[in-house]
Amino acid sequence: MWSELAARTPITRSPKKENTMQGFLKIEGLSKDFSTTLPARPVFADVSFTISKGEFVCIIGHSGCGKTTILNVLAGLDSATAGHIFMENREIGGPSLERGVVFQSHALMPWLTVRKNIAFAVVSRWAGWTSAQVNAHVEKFVAMVGLTPAIDKKPSQLSGGMKQRVGIARAFAIQPKMLLLDEPFGALDALTRGTIQDELMAIVRETQQTVFMITHDVDEAILLADRILLMSNGTDNDGVYAPGRIAEEVINPLPRERTRAGLHHLPGYYELRNHIVDFLVTRAKAH
Amino acid sequence: MKSLNLKAGLVSLLIFFTFLGIWYVATLPVSGTPAAGTAGLSAEQIEYQKMMGKDPGSTKTTGFPTLGQMGTAIWKQVSNPLYDNGPNDKGILIQLAHSLARVGLGFLLACVVAVPLGFVIGMSPLLRRAFDPFIQVLKPISPLAWMPLALYTIKDSSISGIFVIFICSVWPMLINTAFGVASVKREWLNVASTLEVNPMRKAFQVILPAAAPTILTGMRISMGIAWLVIVAAEMLVGGTGIGYFVWNEWNNLSLTNVIFAILVIGIVGMLLDLAFAQLQKAVTYVE
Repeated sequence: MWSELAARTPITRSPKKENTMQGFLKIEGLSKDFSTTLPARPVFADVSFTISKGEFVCIIGHSGCGKTTILNVLAGLDSATAGHIFMENREIGGPSLERGVVFQSHALMPWLTVRKNIAFAVVSRWAGWTSAQVNAHVEKFVAMVGLTPAIDKKPSQLSGGMKQRVGIARAFAIQPKMLLLDEPFGALDALTRGTIQDELMAIVRETQQTVFMITHDVDEAILLADRILLMSNGTDNDGVYAPGRIAEEVINPLPRERTRAGLHHLPGYYELRNHIVDFLVTRAKAH
Repeated sequence: MKSLNLKAGLVSLLIFFTFLGIWYVATLPVSGTPAAGTAGLSAEQIEYQKMMGKDPGSTKTTGFPTLGQMGTAIWKQVSNPLYDNGPNDKGILIQLAHSLARVGLGFLLACVVAVPLGFVIGMSPLLRRAFDPFIQVLKPISPLAWMPLALYTIKDSSISGIFVIFICSVWPMLINTAFGVASVKREWLNVASTLEVNPMRKAFQVILPAAAPTILTGMRISMGIAWLVIVAAEMLVGGTGIGYFVWNEWNNLSLTNVIFAILVIGIVGMLLDLAFAQLQKAVTYVE
């Protein structure tokens, strides 16, 4: 079946091959089962993939396929029923400052100003720093997302896009080895989303950050990702339950220096987009 | 908005003066009938009636103080609030200080017990269920019902009063703290986890500020109840305090002083509530 898929489109390859490659982050045989009674009905099972250093990987799939659970397991906030995750050949056992998380709901503390929200993270990372050091670092990352004028405002005084920028600045400020983004732009309007996508891409390219991101937006995935994981939902087929899995890995063939405005003029863009949309429409649930 | 406040102020004044007017009219001396009484009586008969407490020469009043008497009494108390003429005759400020000290001590003790305990109960679903039946049974008990037990075990009326304040303040604070801590948003805790924040810092810098508005609400309710209960408690234990003052003036049949004390209790209660409202405002955050 895998070879069939691979034959149909040149940009697809089997995820199995990837396991043998030396990766920065390795996910092996991950599964999660929320059901408390037998028979087991894992939401997803046998999820394996790797992420190389400096790579931007997006995962796309319908609601309920377990994307967020995978991200939470990667973050150490949730535990998998089976499987292992290794980062730089060390197994992940819990949350760590080495993996920064940007939450969908931005998760800023509303009683703290932008400055203090980020300082909270910075102090967590470097407990021994003087307040001047912390402040300089905070200001640097606030400037990076263009929020210097709003640095002493509370989150309630900011727009949705600005809040998400603070969330991104907070995640970058601890200089983690990799970033996990859980649909960071899901709640934003299209215009704001576009602007922040550009900003995020610029920052990621500049800092060579390794990123794993969940999205629902096909264009967002094509713009940002080097590789896109297509995930299918768990389905019942004639009484036989098939858990969700990573059905396909798509390598983004577009040049890395792409822009949102010029994206749809690039050769190969429509083939890629059609392929992903077809997957979501016809195959993501039909297993 | 300003004009609304102004109008409301005017209506308040109107209500106040109407009330004073009704009071004035209701306490007007009833003249006419008794004045004619002395005419047909012999000296012995007048003497006899005076002996029976029915002075035919005097004008009959309802016994309720008039506005003039009230004003004199208030002025007398306010102009000399700190006098001390022995155990049964102290100035209003001295009595208030005793009451406030008892309420303050009992309330502080309740804080020391309820906030940390509520924290622990709020954090642990197990303890929450374990403590629930005790809280449900103990909460509706009138604090004064503890008085005999307190007097017997503590053997000191003043400390028993403080204990009664403690026991009535502890429940709203405990319940609100537990509720506030239990309903801290998962996402803030997740942020703290991914930043590897240690438990103490998490408790003081994430959970406490997040739950602070709810905790303060509990404290405000507690303070309201404590101020209600102190009056009754001091009537029981006697000696000092605003409650004892009310009871003592009732025994003196000085209704003016009783009314004055009622007024003072109301104003002090309002000020205490205002103070807590300010504190609440200081810790409330907008999401």
